[in-house]
Amino acid sequence: MSFYEKLMKLDRRWVYLTVAIAVVIPVLVPFKVPVYVTPEAKAVYDFVENTQPGEIIFLAIDYDPNAMAELQPMARVIMRQVFSRNIRLIICALSQNGPGMAEQLISQISKEYNKKNGVDYVYLGYKPYPGITILAMGQNFRIPFPTDYYNTPVDSLPMMDGLRNYDDVKGIISIEAGNVAEYWINYANGRYKAKVFFGVTGVMTADYYPFLQSGQLSGLLGGLKGASEYERLAKQEGVATEGMSIQTVAHLVVIAFIVLGNVGYFMSKRYKGKEKG
Amino acid sequence: MITDLSSAIWTTLAAFLTFCIFSFLYKDNPFYKIAEHIVVGVSAGYFAVLLYWDGLVPKLWDPIVKQGKWYYLIPGLLGLIMWTRFSKKYSWISRFSISFYMGIATGVAVPLYIQNYVIRQLSSTMLPVHFKNPAGFFNLLIVIGVLCALIYFFFSKEHKGAMGSAAKVGIWTLMVGFGAGFGLTVMGRVSLLIDRVIFLKNYFASVFGHIL
Repeated sequence: MSFYEKLMKLDRRWVYLTVAIAVVIPVLVPFKVPVYVTPEAKAVYDFVENTQPGEIIFLAIDYDPNAMAELQPMARVIMRQVFSRNIRLIICALSQNGPGMAEQLISQISKEYNKKNGVDYVYLGYKPYPGITILAMGQNFRIPFPTDYYNTPVDSLPMMDGLRNYDDVKGIISIEAGNVAEYWINYANGRYKAKVFFGVTGVMTADYYPFLQSGQLSGLLGGLKGASEYERLAKQEGVATEGMSIQTVAHLVVIAFIVLGNVGYFMSKRYKGKEKG
Repeated sequence: MITDLSSAIWTTLAAFLTFCIFSFLYKDNPFYKIAEHIVVGVSAGYFAVLLYWDGLVPKLWDPIVKQGKWYYLIPGLLGLIMWTRFSKKYSWISRFSISFYMGIATGVAVPLYIQNYVIRQLSSTMLPVHFKNPAGFFNLLIVIGVLCALIYFFFSKEHKGAMGSAAKVGIWTLMVGFGAGFGLTVMGRVSLLIDRVIFLKNYFASVFGHIL
C-alpha cells in the first residue's frame, strides 16, 4: 500500500485529535489576531449607536442553548451597548428551549447596568408558533403577550405605556438559530415594513446575504466572527474575540487536511493508473 | 464560574457531560448514550412544560374557565380531534383540523412568500451594470450568476453549445455558493468546540486554580 493510499485510509480519529490539539493550544497560550469589520456588521452597530437614549429597540433572542456558543456573545455585547446608551429594550424568545437561557442573560446584563424590569426593559418571553406570534405582534404586542415572562400583565408595566407594535420601536435586532428567522423577514419586514437586523449562526449566514442585498435585512452578524466584529466595534472584547485566534488555528488545520486529502486522492488515483498501465 | 456548592455541582456535571459527548469521537459508548438521552429528555420535558404554561393555559384554559369565553371550545375541539390520528378507524376526523390549519397557513403565508421570497429577490437581481466602480462590476457578476444558475435548472433543452457553457457557469456559481455555505458551517462547528474548550479551561481554572 502506497503512502497516498494509507493517507486516504487515515483513521478519522487522528483528524479529531489534531483539531482538538489545534484548539486547545491557543486556549492555553492565547494570542490575538486582527479582526476585519464587515459593512453588514457595522450597520447593526451604527443602528444601535444612532438610536437616541429613551428610544426602544426590539430584541429577539430566538435560539436554544445549542447555539449559545455563537449567539450568546452577540446578544451579550448588543445588550451591553443598548443599556450603556440608556436605550430601552423589548425582548422576546421564540425558540422553544431558549426562554430560560434568555432570562439568565437579561437578568445578568440588566444588573450590570442597574436597569429595571418594566421601566428600562420588558421581557415578553415565549409563545408557541413563532410565525403567528410575530404576525400578531405587528398588530399589538398584547395579543400574543397579555402578560410578560414573569406573568405580570404588560399593561401594568410603565414601559408598555403607549407602546403598541413594531411602529413604536426603532427596529428589530433578531438573533436567530433556526427557521424563526424567515418569519421575521416575511412578516415583520414584509408585512409590517419593520427595519430588521439579524445575528445568525455561521451555518445560516450564507442563506441570508441575498436578503441583505435586497434590502429586506438592514444588517447582518454571521457566527462567532460576526460577534467578534461587534465586540471590536463596541470596544468590549469578550469570548468572541478570544475565540478568533483559536478559530484561525483550527481553520488552518482544516485547510491543511482538505489539501492533504485532495493530494492523497489524486496521487493514489495516479499510482493506481500507473500500476494498471 | 464556581461561587458556591450548588454552582460547583452543576458546573462539574456540565463538564462531565461535555466529556461524555466528546467520547463519541473515539467510539460509541454508554457515557455518550447517557448524555445523549439526557439532552433529548430534558429538551422534550422543558418544551412540554413550556407549551402547557405558555400555550394551553393562557390560550385555552384561562379564556374558557376564567373569562367565560365558551367559543374557545371550538379551537379546543379542533385540537383534540387531532389525536384521532392514532386510530386507524377514526383518523379521518383529524382532517377537519388539518384542513382548517392548512387553509389559514396557506392564506397567510403564500402571498407574503411570493412577495418576499420571489418578487423582492427577483427585483434585487435586476441591477445596473457599469464599470464606473467595483459595485457595477459585482452587479454584472450577480446578473450572470443568476441567469446561468437558472439555465442549469432548465431541463427542456439539452445542455449543449451556448446553453451548455452557460449551464457550466451556473454549476460553478452554485459551487461557489455551496463552498461559502460549507466554509461558514465549518466556522460554526469549530465555534461550538471553542466554546466547550473555553468552558472546560475556565472550569479547571476555578477548581484547580488555587492548587496550580
